[in-house]
Amino acid sequence: MNKILKWLAVAVVVSTLAGCGYNDFQRKDEAAKAAWAEVVNQYQRRADLIPNLVNTVKGYATHEKETLESVTKARAAATSFQITPEVLNNPEAFKKFQQVQGELSSALSRLMAVSERYPDLKADKNFRDLQSQLEGTENRIAVARQRYIKTIADYNILAREFPTNLTAMIFSYKVKPSFTVENEKEISSAPKVDFGKK
Amino acid sequence: MLRLLTGLLLALMLSIAAAQDLAPIPPLQSRVTDQAGMLKPEQRVALEKILQEHESKSGNQVAILLVKSTAPEVIEQYGIRVAEAWKLGRKGVDDGVILIIAKDNPSDLRRMRLEVGRGTEGVITDAMSKRILQDVIAPYFRQNDFYGGLTAGANAIIALLNKEKFPATAAQTKGKSADNIPGFVVVLILLLPFLAIIAIVTAVVRSRRSMGNDGWGSSSGVFLGGSGWSSGSGSSSSDSGGFSGGGGDFGGGGASGDW
Repeated sequence: MNKILKWLAVAVVVSTLAGCGYNDFQRKDEAAKAAWAEVVNQYQRRADLIPNLVNTVKGYATHEKETLESVTKARAAATSFQITPEVLNNPEAFKKFQQVQGELSSALSRLMAVSERYPDLKADKNFRDLQSQLEGTENRIAVARQRYIKTIADYNILAREFPTNLTAMIFSYKVKPSFTVENEKEISSAPKVDFGKK
Repeated sequence: MLRLLTGLLLALMLSIAAAQDLAPIPPLQSRVTDQAGMLKPEQRVALEKILQEHESKSGNQVAILLVKSTAPEVIEQYGIRVAEAWKLGRKGVDDGVILIIAKDNPSDLRRMRLEVGRGTEGVITDAMSKRILQDVIAPYFRQNDFYGGLTAGANAIIALLNKEKFPATAAQTKGKSADNIPGFVVVLILLLPFLAIIAIVTAVVRSRRSMGNDGWGSSSGVFLGGSGWSSGSGSSSSDSGGFSGGGGDFGGGGASGDW
């Protein structure tokens, strides 16, 4: 009789766990991590483009030493920031990550704006290619962030709704940080390449 | 709880309201969708033929979307929404490509975009996408030769795609799979030892409880008989007149431009 009771108790606990979203947490936590990895991946892609870009601009824009240096410095700051999966669980680290990437975005913006003043640079094939790669990467970053926000919202709803928030408490699934609107503004100053001036 | 629900409902309504201000995404019905009146009917058919032939040869899904405007969004934002709605390209291969032209967009929203699936980014790089837009298509468009530009663009895209090694199409693999052992036979072979064990055990248990002679024959017959199931494994038919996406994913790669 005791054995049956024990098995019954196990069955109840297992079904309650399943009902309270334990499996959902596994799935959504993994989805959140994957979405975050994608965001980091695209930011890294952008960082990888920069040395080439700086070298190309240097050849034509000989008086823009300051702008070039600020880009190189901002890139160094962004890439030296250790991006571990833990950044996802730590709101402070997450904010810092947004900040360094935001500073890199503004430095890049200035560089691309400055490049507009050098027609030879603009016509350079290499520069054109780099420009389109930079644009493509900025777009990929935007898409990755968009998808990250959606995935995180999905996860966070599960972590905050009743009764799955109890499961969250038991297994310590915390609410994950998302990109905030105020930071959105400063980061969204992506390099705007304007061919419209015809 | 009620407050949360009301809040969610409000957010949903707001998002729907906001969505109504965005440019609508046309339903995916054919490979060339012309909502801007840029092509004559026979031109549209000719373009569709080019794209359809490429798909039957390679499996890549290339589509052309011509709209009047993507406002208030920039063409990149509109483009990714279209890509996520249409899901062109094969699932897992992600070999879809969408060429979007927004004829009446103001220049800061850009008028041309090439949205490429993840699996095509190896050959249709951002730089190559930009070149197709600026160097291949734009010259035609500046002469108002939309059909010429789109044809040249489609051919350039297809030429690039042909350089990549994509997995064979469904039609091509169907021919090959006749050599393989059908799936159900493999499963049957794997399951046989287990079924035999179950049959033996059941028979032994039965014969211990009752002294009947029917234990062996009937139970094992039931087991082995029930394990033969039919090979209804047919793959889905291709090209049934309509055109729909294969579930491919887009990462935001490609390029935008103007003419």
